[in-house]
Amino acid sequence: MTSNAFIAFQKNEETRCIVEAIVDDNPDAVVVDQPAMVKVDVPGRLVIKRATVEDKMGRDFDLQELQLHLITISGHLDESDDEFVLSWQS
Amino acid sequence: MDMKVSKKLGLKERYTMMTRDLAWDTTFQPMDKVFPQVGYEGIKIHDWDQWEDPFRLTMDAYWKYQAEKERKLYAILDAFNQNNGHLSVTDARYMNVLKLFLGSTPPLELMAARGFSMVARQMVGAGPRVACMMQSVDEYRHFQTQIHSISNYNRFYNGMDEFAHQQSRMWYLSDGKSFFDDAITAGPFEFMVAIGFAFEYVLTNILFVPFISGAAYNGDMAAMTVGFSAQSDEARHMTLGLECIKFMLEQDPDNLPIVQRWIDKWTWRGTRKLASVGMMMDYMLPKRIMSFKEAWEIYFEQNGSALFNDLARYGVKVPKCFAQTIEEKEHITHQSWIGFYMKPDACPFHTWIPAPDELDWLSEKYPNTFDKYYRPVLEHFDKQEKAGNRFNNKTQPMNCQVCVSTIKFNEPGDPMEMCFRETVYKGEKFHFCSDHCKEIFEDEPEKYVQTFISSHAALQGKCEPEGTDINAHDYRPGARMHAYWRMDKRATGDFNGSEDQKNFAEWRHQATKN
Repeated sequence: MTSNAFIAFQKNEETRCIVEAIVDDNPDAVVVDQPAMVKVDVPGRLVIKRATVEDKMGRDFDLQELQLHLITISGHLDESDDEFVLSWQS
Repeated sequence: MDMKVSKKLGLKERYTMMTRDLAWDTTFQPMDKVFPQVGYEGIKIHDWDQWEDPFRLTMDAYWKYQAEKERKLYAILDAFNQNNGHLSVTDARYMNVLKLFLGSTPPLELMAARGFSMVARQMVGAGPRVACMMQSVDEYRHFQTQIHSISNYNRFYNGMDEFAHQQSRMWYLSDGKSFFDDAITAGPFEFMVAIGFAFEYVLTNILFVPFISGAAYNGDMAAMTVGFSAQSDEARHMTLGLECIKFMLEQDPDNLPIVQRWIDKWTWRGTRKLASVGMMMDYMLPKRIMSFKEAWEIYFEQNGSALFNDLARYGVKVPKCFAQTIEEKEHITHQSWIGFYMKPDACPFHTWIPAPDELDWLSEKYPNTFDKYYRPVLEHFDKQEKAGNRFNNKTQPMNCQVCVSTIKFNEPGDPMEMCFRETVYKGEKFHFCSDHCKEIFEDEPEKYVQTFISSHAALQGKCEPEGTDINAHDYRPGARMHAYWRMDKRATGDFNGSEDQKNFAEWRHQATKN
């Protein structure tokens, strides 16, 4: 069974756009709504693409701004200017 | 003259230039003399440059984002306090969560700050040193903001003002204290496994995610904003812990058995510490959102398995205690709450029997165990209390020599039997809550014989106010524990009939009437 990579954010206007971007870029994404927070599970590999987030927000976005809203992550992280990737090798 | 416009550096290049390129190797003294601690534990490192912080956060970006987090946090705290927010929580029982949290968590954040600034000095590579330094500053921030957020409650409710004094003296706060004392007196790599892996990956995921999400739905915006703000740093901390484990395993195959032993030990220690966090979720939040069992399944069984399956390629095995923790998830929170309920004079927070609808919730969430083992006990206590015979155990608890939890958990496979282990070392007998703690002791007995256990020390006459003659014929050990703890009497006893209960009802009435 593939392990889930996941990310959780505080629920706010910015993360609404970020979650929409994740859902667009990860067809297997499952969004779990919880009080005050939102968690997104993706089997194996979860990618957040800067371009998609910018498109949703209608402004420039630096992926390091994720730091402001993050609650928790699962998976090995690889971060560049364009992509924030969480993945499990198994 | 032509100006050459240089292209903006990418994240990876920026990180390299702003961290590793600013570090240097010492020349007046050899490196192994400047950084001796990294060799003590037997971990072999051949190339520190292989360690890269996956967040690639440079110092300037760190300050920028942390400053913004703080501004958001204090804006919410101010608004909450200005709006008499404390009266908007579900009910006054909720305050007791804050009292337990205040005694158990901020002091550990401070220890984490101290630990990470030590490890930042001890590590050789620039990547881990910068990441540890940032984590140290983060932990200091958590320590301060947690206290700030609760200080407003302290103006209105009893039992919060002596948390710093009580932290190293109170029987039920000793498990957390011992967790950090153990970690900080280990070497730098073991500290990273203890805190970066066990504490961050296992524990804070449950404390700050489902529990804080619950605090939000109990109307406590102060705890919510502090908890989530802290947890936004924890994602970085978990990544650091995970990176450290991978780094050790990739550097040398000889590191595997050492790392495995630490994973086994610290997963168990983290699990023991979690019993009281789980109890907060199952019993102390008036509005419940998720049971401890459900949180454990998501954040430890599934998320932990994802990690262990991934690390299997290095030869790492699932921690030895894994099966036992799965069995215990249906028991520990009930055993903990009953344990606290039985000692109303010995805690600066109130306990109570859950209301009938809350008992039903527990029955539903714990179908295999609650009705069979725990509901009858709670209903019996309830009857006794209503008959004017509230349970009150006035004796000192017995604590485990390693995890310093009170010895109260059940024998694996037998919920009706208490688990108890002992061993003799240099002619002295030591007691444990479990096989795992006994094994940890036997690996490093010289370390754990030194554990300070206040409930045992009190019986030896070591926790007395100055001037007490412990040889007097009428001396009774432990009789003055309230003075030793600086216990506010108003904060003890059952919630029913407490000053907090009365005040909250009165203030809420005043807030809605003219």
